[in-house]
Amino acid sequence: MNEFDLESGISEWKAYLSGKDAIKDSDTRELEDHLRMQVDGLIDAGLDSDEAFLIAVKRIGNLDVVSREYAVVHSGRLWKNLVFSAHTDKRDTTVGLREFGVVLILALCAATTFKLPFLAGIDFEDENIPFFMRNFSLFCLPYLALYFIWKRQLEMSGLQLLAAAAFAGVLFANVYPFSPQGSTEILTVLHLPLALWFLIGVVYTGDWWRSGSRRMDFVRFSGEFAIYYVLIALGGGVMTGFTVGMFSIIGLDIGWLAATWIIPCGAAGAVLVASWLVEAKQGAIENMAPVLTRVFTPLFTLSLLSFLITMLVTGNGIDVQREVLIGFDLALVLVLGLVLYAVSSRDPDTAPGWFDILQLILVLSALLVDLLALAAIAGRISELGFTPNRVAALGENIILLVSLSGSAWYYFRFIRGESGFSSLEKWQTDYIPVYVLWAVIVVVVFPPLFGFI
Amino acid sequence: MNLSKDLMAASSTPLVLGILAEGESYGYQIVKRVGELSGGALKWTDGMMYPLLHRLEHQGHLKANWRTAQTGRRRKYYQITEHGLKTLKVQYRQWEIINDALSGVWRDLSERSQWSNPDGLQAG
Repeated sequence: MNEFDLESGISEWKAYLSGKDAIKDSDTRELEDHLRMQVDGLIDAGLDSDEAFLIAVKRIGNLDVVSREYAVVHSGRLWKNLVFSAHTDKRDTTVGLREFGVVLILALCAATTFKLPFLAGIDFEDENIPFFMRNFSLFCLPYLALYFIWKRQLEMSGLQLLAAAAFAGVLFANVYPFSPQGSTEILTVLHLPLALWFLIGVVYTGDWWRSGSRRMDFVRFSGEFAIYYVLIALGGGVMTGFTVGMFSIIGLDIGWLAATWIIPCGAAGAVLVASWLVEAKQGAIENMAPVLTRVFTPLFTLSLLSFLITMLVTGNGIDVQREVLIGFDLALVLVLGLVLYAVSSRDPDTAPGWFDILQLILVLSALLVDLLALAAIAGRISELGFTPNRVAALGENIILLVSLSGSAWYYFRFIRGESGFSSLEKWQTDYIPVYVLWAVIVVVVFPPLFGFI
Repeated sequence: MNLSKDLMAASSTPLVLGILAEGESYGYQIVKRVGELSGGALKWTDGMMYPLLHRLEHQGHLKANWRTAQTGRRRKYYQITEHGLKTLKVQYRQWEIINDALSGVWRDLSERSQWSNPDGLQAG
């Protein structure tokens, strides 16, 4: 009876614990220390080691229940679990294959939809380019929404939402009589995808966007989607270039095929494939995401700071003579995206470090640039009046100003140890609907407001 | 006695923050302290203490650091922050209100003797 080996008992218990996805090594270490303290205490009180071990294990509780509690607290890990649990399933291969089949069919549908206008005689002529630009997101995003409706089993309510949103998208992209090369049309081209991306967010989260941590999951998804999409685009570009080159060697020019079939259909289909990759290959990208944010945060900070210093030294104001303000906003949006993504991929458990200070500097310099742009636009408007571009830029700058100020404030408090990382996350996820609302306003209200110029 | 899940959830934060306001501590000791404070009546599942500590850490109520304990093992020590102290003060006031109201209810009940002093319930 006394042959109970305490050490092997503990290591078995530990092995079971570390099999849980929601529990990291540091958690195992913390719980093991607890278990050993308990065992030692009970042995001191006169119990045999096997009795002490049994009681201590019982007091720690059912490890399944405990690990579920860990997963609730560390929702980022929970997200990981959702993905991985599908893979530990015995039916893994069939489930995976079926999902891949669905993705492939949807990608083909997206690619085909892109070619449908050709049947109606709308092809890639110069006068039709604006049509394709306005509608590009409508060719692929509804299929992506379908994928998530299928995957999250949203059924009718999801389909109704999709139908309503797609109908509204088609309506606002095509019914307005935009004047050729007008600025309201360009604004629609830029803002409609953003509004539709929110639809993806709603079906992606599955619970209609209610919880903050699900929204953060969607931010994480968006960032990783962007990375995968860029990777696929680069690979696709190289492959297309080689193919065209090889055919030209044997005297055939297939440039037209690349331009009218391979590139547009590939671009539409890749939206589905990239999303599927994010969903299926979580583990691979997870190692990349923090690395990428760590590489680009310092670079962006450097770029913004040198921009600010150059402006200060040369005394050049922001040139609003040309209508480049929207492009300027896009750069700030990129910074915001980087910050959001960095926040979503950060382990909220770790204490504030130098990287958080760097993030704060990035946010603060973006805030300064934003303020300068805002002053320039306001001056321009009071001098020359309203144009759609200026109003859009004004609105975007104000929205970014509020968002960046909030982020800076919560980062500051977090670094000072006055509040947890969760309040920063909450600020950023609560603010997401504001961006969407603005995008919808620009698409729906701006064209008629400014007479479709 | 086992508390209901809701009551546990509501009371665990002020209890843990209050214990840590006495000074830095670690999981095992906090669990023991909870037992002492309640005279052994409050029994938590020990393992649940850690997710709770981690949540309080996320929210900035606590900060933690790993150090080597006398046993030679690495141990995570928790410390209350300014923010945590503020939250504790707010919770203290809230619990006082509930405490007062409940004491009133218990007193009235025993005065009207509609309730012949159930087990362990002392009036006043």
